Amino acid sequence: MSNFTISPSPHIHGGDSIEKNMYGVLIALIPTFIFSIVFFGLGAILVTLTSVVACLVFEYVIQKYLMKQRPTIWDGSAIITGVLLAFNLPSSLPLWIVVIGALVAIGIGKMSFGGLGNNIFNPALVGRVFLLISFPVQMTSWPVPNGFATTDAVTGATPLALVKEAVKSGQTISDALASGGFTTGNLIIGNIGGSLGEVAALGLLLGFAYMLIRKIISWHIPIAIFATVIVFSGILNLANPEHFAGPIFHLFTGGMMLGAIFMATDYVTSPMTHKGMLIYGVGIGLLTVIIRVFGAYPEGMSFAILIMNGFTPLINRYCKPVRF
Amino acid sequence: MNNWQNFTKGFFKENPTFVLLLGMCPTLGVTTSAINGLGMGLATAFVLVLSNLAISLVANLIPDKIRIPGFIVIIAAFVTVVDMCMAAYLPSLHESLGLFIPLIVVNCIVLGRAESFASKNKAIPSMLDGAGIGLGFTMALTLLGCIREILGSGKIFNMTLYNENYGMLVFVLAPGAFIALGYLIAFINRIRKTN
Amino acid sequence: MGKKLESSFKNMVLVLFLVTLVSSAAVGVVNTLTSGLIEKVKIEKQVQAIRAVVPEFDNDPMADTRTVETPDGGTLQFYEAKKGGNLVGTAIKTYTNNGFGGKIWLMVGFNPDGTIYNYSVLEHKETPGLGSKMDTWFVKGAKGDITGKNPGTTGLQVSKDGGNVDAITAATISSRAFLDAVNRAAKALAENAQ
Repeated sequence: MSNFTISPSPHIHGGDSIEKNMYGVLIALIPTFIFSIVFFGLGAILVTLTSVVACLVFEYVIQKYLMKQRPTIWDGSAIITGVLLAFNLPSSLPLWIVVIGALVAIGIGKMSFGGLGNNIFNPALVGRVFLLISFPVQMTSWPVPNGFATTDAVTGATPLALVKEAVKSGQTISDALASGGFTTGNLIIGNIGGSLGEVAALGLLLGFAYMLIRKIISWHIPIAIFATVIVFSGILNLANPEHFAGPIFHLFTGGMMLGAIFMATDYVTSPMTHKGMLIYGVGIGLLTVIIRVFGAYPEGMSFAILIMNGFTPLINRYCKPVRF
Repeated sequence: MNNWQNFTKGFFKENPTFVLLLGMCPTLGVTTSAINGLGMGLATAFVLVLSNLAISLVANLIPDKIRIPGFIVIIAAFVTVVDMCMAAYLPSLHESLGLFIPLIVVNCIVLGRAESFASKNKAIPSMLDGAGIGLGFTMALTLLGCIREILGSGKIFNMTLYNENYGMLVFVLAPGAFIALGYLIAFINRIRKTN
Repeated sequence: MGKKLESSFKNMVLVLFLVTLVSSAAVGVVNTLTSGLIEKVKIEKQVQAIRAVVPEFDNDPMADTRTVETPDGGTLQFYEAKKGGNLVGTAIKTYTNNGFGGKIWLMVGFNPDGTIYNYSVLEHKETPGLGSKMDTWFVKGAKGDITGKNPGTTGLQVSKDGGNVDAITAATISSRAFLDAVNRAAKALAENAQ
């Protein structure tokens, strides 16, 4: 039996392994997946399945035939990329676009940098942003949640897009939200238009709790992001409540929960020290609110995470532990 | 180096875009379509041939300390001539290339060839060098333009290959330029290594 | 190669002077050769933009032009197209400030009865693939067809706002801005009819 890969130090020891952590993250994603199936029905299952299978196939093909390595598709990282990519897409997205997204996520986002551990940017987000810029119409047509009902899918605006449009055309925020039927209760449960895995705040928080208890991630990054968003959007909201939405709204809309809990905490692309994680989280929080409130796009979470991914090596250098 | 080598080295061995990585600004900026890449490349090649010729002829008359300003004035004169001729005879191309035509003046390929080749060589080799490098640049820009046009808008030289709605818009925009150029250079490096 | 000229002060001044003199003379010559043509190309472009949006005409609309001030301080350029002395259409160069990426410039052509004949987009900074589709979205036979409609003084609206024009998919702001520019022209035309 020579199934063991021998690599130079440092070696991972103890019961902790890539597989164990990766599959732990997958378990944490299950409640969100159940919510998304309830809200979006068959579309959620099809998009997620396509994305995961495509990611596995592309990872296998690139590792085996282009990089001439032994494929390691079952370490769980490709599956997570596939699931997270799918969670960032509208459930009505044509499946061929999902496949392109998987190719970009694995091929450009991950393998071009040398595979797992070498990528600078979160692969799933690279895939999502590529699709968002490439297919803006399909990527911003959000189906309204109606489960498995067979009626034609109605598309509606996300709360963030609605608010952005309202501000642009001079309406007040409260009017816009009332016309869209977005109550705080609906926002928290996730009964709103949006990407299939980002709407269910409750499910995402369940996953967060699970990962904290199992010590898969530390609290620093998500809490830093949430705190920054609450403070920053709170200040803006106090200054002019008719023009700037409040903290609760920002916290429970768009990719905030999904991004802060599952994307920003990716081991490879986030800082290593706790101090670095706090800086990183504050940066993401600030950038997200700035893009949402002042930028051209209604949602800024994925851009903010990618930008801070780029700063991670710098943050790591700045926060290097002191050597004795 | 004979004249033939002076001419051909620009295509592959010393390709300004893929090997020397010079002139990246127009390379990334104008290659949204094959025709734009071709037009920009040819305009630069034209300036290169003329400026290399002029500079090789007058190089000995220009004192060393003021050679850079001297060269730049000569290059700028040729670029302005190209700019005005394009505006008069090829208005639509001139409009889509826009600011990038006057910017040929500061394209490091042009001054680079003047400094490193034309000022030290005779007229004929200098012209061949300019033509080779210029056509190598044209080839690279056209190739990049083709890739971006095919992937981005489903066309090549304005001929429709498939429905535009299936195109990946990112390739028409700036990020797509970086992605396409990156993979193109990786591909060319791979060929160069195996040869 | 021969010997280089020495870098003495006199040589440097003289050479730089000569280089700039010859270069500017060359540029000057080419300028006199091409400036007339460049001017003609510019006018031709404008005439073509007008021709695209109004019915066939035989006058020079560049000569039959007038400027109309809008209430918010902008100016619209009217170009009148005539055939055999009769007005066949008016092309209006109009704008809006409400575009997703800022200002949008349009050329909108109206029939003498105030209905829209055609339009063309002159300049815009809308998102590619979304708002940028306005150059084909509102033409005859397309989804958001505005030709033949008469905005009058009330104006056209996207269906979301209770009007009868389909907005560009996922680009309501750009569509509203586009109609704002069209309505501005229509309103000015209705109020300034001769």
